[in-house]
Amino acid sequence: MGRYCLKRVLGTIPLMLVISFIIFMFVHMIPGDPARIMAGKDATLEEINRTRQTLGLDQPLLNQYFMYLNRMFHGDLGTSTTTGQSVAEMIGPRFQPTFTLAGCALVWSLIIGVLLGVFSAVMRGKWEDYIGMLIAISGISIPVFWLGLVLIQIFSVQLGWLPTGGLDSIQSYILPSLSLGVGVMAVMARFSRSSMLENMREDYVRTARAKGQKESMVVLKHAFRNSLIEVVTVAGLQIGGLLAGSILVETVFTIPGMGRLLVDSIKFRDYPVIEAELLLFSLQFVVINLIVDLLYGVLNPKIRYES
Amino acid sequence: MAEEKVALNVPQEEQALAPRQSRAKAFILKFIGRKTAVIAAGFIILLVIIAFLAPALEPYNPATPDYDAILSAPSAKHLFGTDEYGRDILSRLLAGSRLSLSVSLSSVTLGAGLGAILGILAGYYGGWLDSLIMRTADVLLAFPDILLAIAIVAVIGPGLSNVVIAVAVFSIPSFARIMRSSTLAVKQSLYVEAARSLGCTNRSIMWKHIFPGTVASIIVNFTMRIGTAILAAASLSFLGFGAKPTEPDWGAMLSTGRNYLGVAPHIVYFSGGIIFLTVLAFNLLGDGLRDTLDPKIQ
Repeated sequence: MGRYCLKRVLGTIPLMLVISFIIFMFVHMIPGDPARIMAGKDATLEEINRTRQTLGLDQPLLNQYFMYLNRMFHGDLGTSTTTGQSVAEMIGPRFQPTFTLAGCALVWSLIIGVLLGVFSAVMRGKWEDYIGMLIAISGISIPVFWLGLVLIQIFSVQLGWLPTGGLDSIQSYILPSLSLGVGVMAVMARFSRSSMLENMREDYVRTARAKGQKESMVVLKHAFRNSLIEVVTVAGLQIGGLLAGSILVETVFTIPGMGRLLVDSIKFRDYPVIEAELLLFSLQFVVINLIVDLLYGVLNPKIRYES
Repeated sequence: MAEEKVALNVPQEEQALAPRQSRAKAFILKFIGRKTAVIAAGFIILLVIIAFLAPALEPYNPATPDYDAILSAPSAKHLFGTDEYGRDILSRLLAGSRLSLSVSLSSVTLGAGLGAILGILAGYYGGWLDSLIMRTADVLLAFPDILLAIAIVAVIGPGLSNVVIAVAVFSIPSFARIMRSSTLAVKQSLYVEAARSLGCTNRSIMWKHIFPGTVASIIVNFTMRIGTAILAAASLSFLGFGAKPTEPDWGAMLSTGRNYLGVAPHIVYFSGGIIFLTVLAFNLLGDGLRDTLDPKIQ
């Protein structure tokens, strides 16, 4: 197991290096002089030259990449060209709203999604199953930003029950997390249904039934328990999707999170912020995938013993 | 023995056509059994017809403002109401169907074409080429579609043509993966071996013998990716990175409509509703095609 974990952890290092290289090249792919872009629209020639020197843009490309890596390791994410603030300082307070939002969305969508999937599997072929799966496929197809606006119109504008946006209270998270989680709920429902159906065809389920166990016990103790490994893995992989979805939801609900900062920085062509945000989003996905991989190893005895 | 004689008497062309026809018939019969997929296919056909005939069907010019009818609610005169410039929402949605379908179809076609070529090359030649293509695909697949699209648009700039590129890029890995696994499955088969021993070139083996065997899975993925592409393109337009606010794009309409949510919610309801129904139809059709074509389910 230790070897398995070590292999997975070490495997992320080259991946992160490749991603960081792509993001680093990103500034060089933008048409025009990177120093002029990084220095900002109103920068003087002197400021542009200073930026060129500070960023090492007058050095060979590979040297520049190592300098960039060195800066990243020391937490120096650069300076925003629109606010003049340090990028690290700008991003720091944005983590909490995004993670809280993704966390809330994950909790409700997991519970409802898995329940819906198990219920549909048990009711296979009946109208309850069709309704359940129609809800699921609608959840995959619905644009989150539209759902958010519809929820605002109903619960904030019409009924006045919940705030339209911002983060003034804990209630502010209700509508955004509902919009954000609907896709994950749908994926979890579809996946847990198919996983349950697969497991319910297995010999051990037939044996449990032959032994005269109650159907609810057969479903929960045998089929569901075995589906859980795959369900946990898929659930983990959805976190990445939630963080990406937060870009849209934060824009709809004007939440000061990482997603909204990325959208704003693209609009203002604030490249140091875009660069840092893309790197941090990528790092999050890589770390989440790593945790899911490790968790899968812990939960699945097959992998544990093979390694 | 008698059956053999009968079979031998059948002309060669008919012998070749018979199984193909029966397969097509079996597919149609099985597909028709899936009611939701049939309804979805009907909706998509209707949408395509509307997109083609949009200029003739539009009750008003989608770009012409009417300052006497700003933000009008749905009425007999304007069935879906009007927007902030008094433009007819129904006419704009009809014009938008053309835009949304062309953006999604062109981007997925581009992604499918490139993905298929890369996948078949990776599967057929293997070795370092396979590792290079598939590891790159893995890196791209690790990122959620919308983030990848935003990152690409951030580099190449906003605009509908750049949205096509962004959506095409994130469509490539899924097609490459499907094509590679299908290629690996048929590469060792007897008929490919026979073609090779007959002296067929690698190119002809790949496109004449391996590619036709992978068409079914490509079609299923293609249908499903169109739904994703419409959603991604609408998301980019909603964020202000796709179509210009003046263009009759569904996502852009939704984006401007949110400013009038309190006074004219119909803009948001209709423009978002049509995106939702279209994506739902493509997803249902994809599900239906997968269930019909998947030999495991058969």
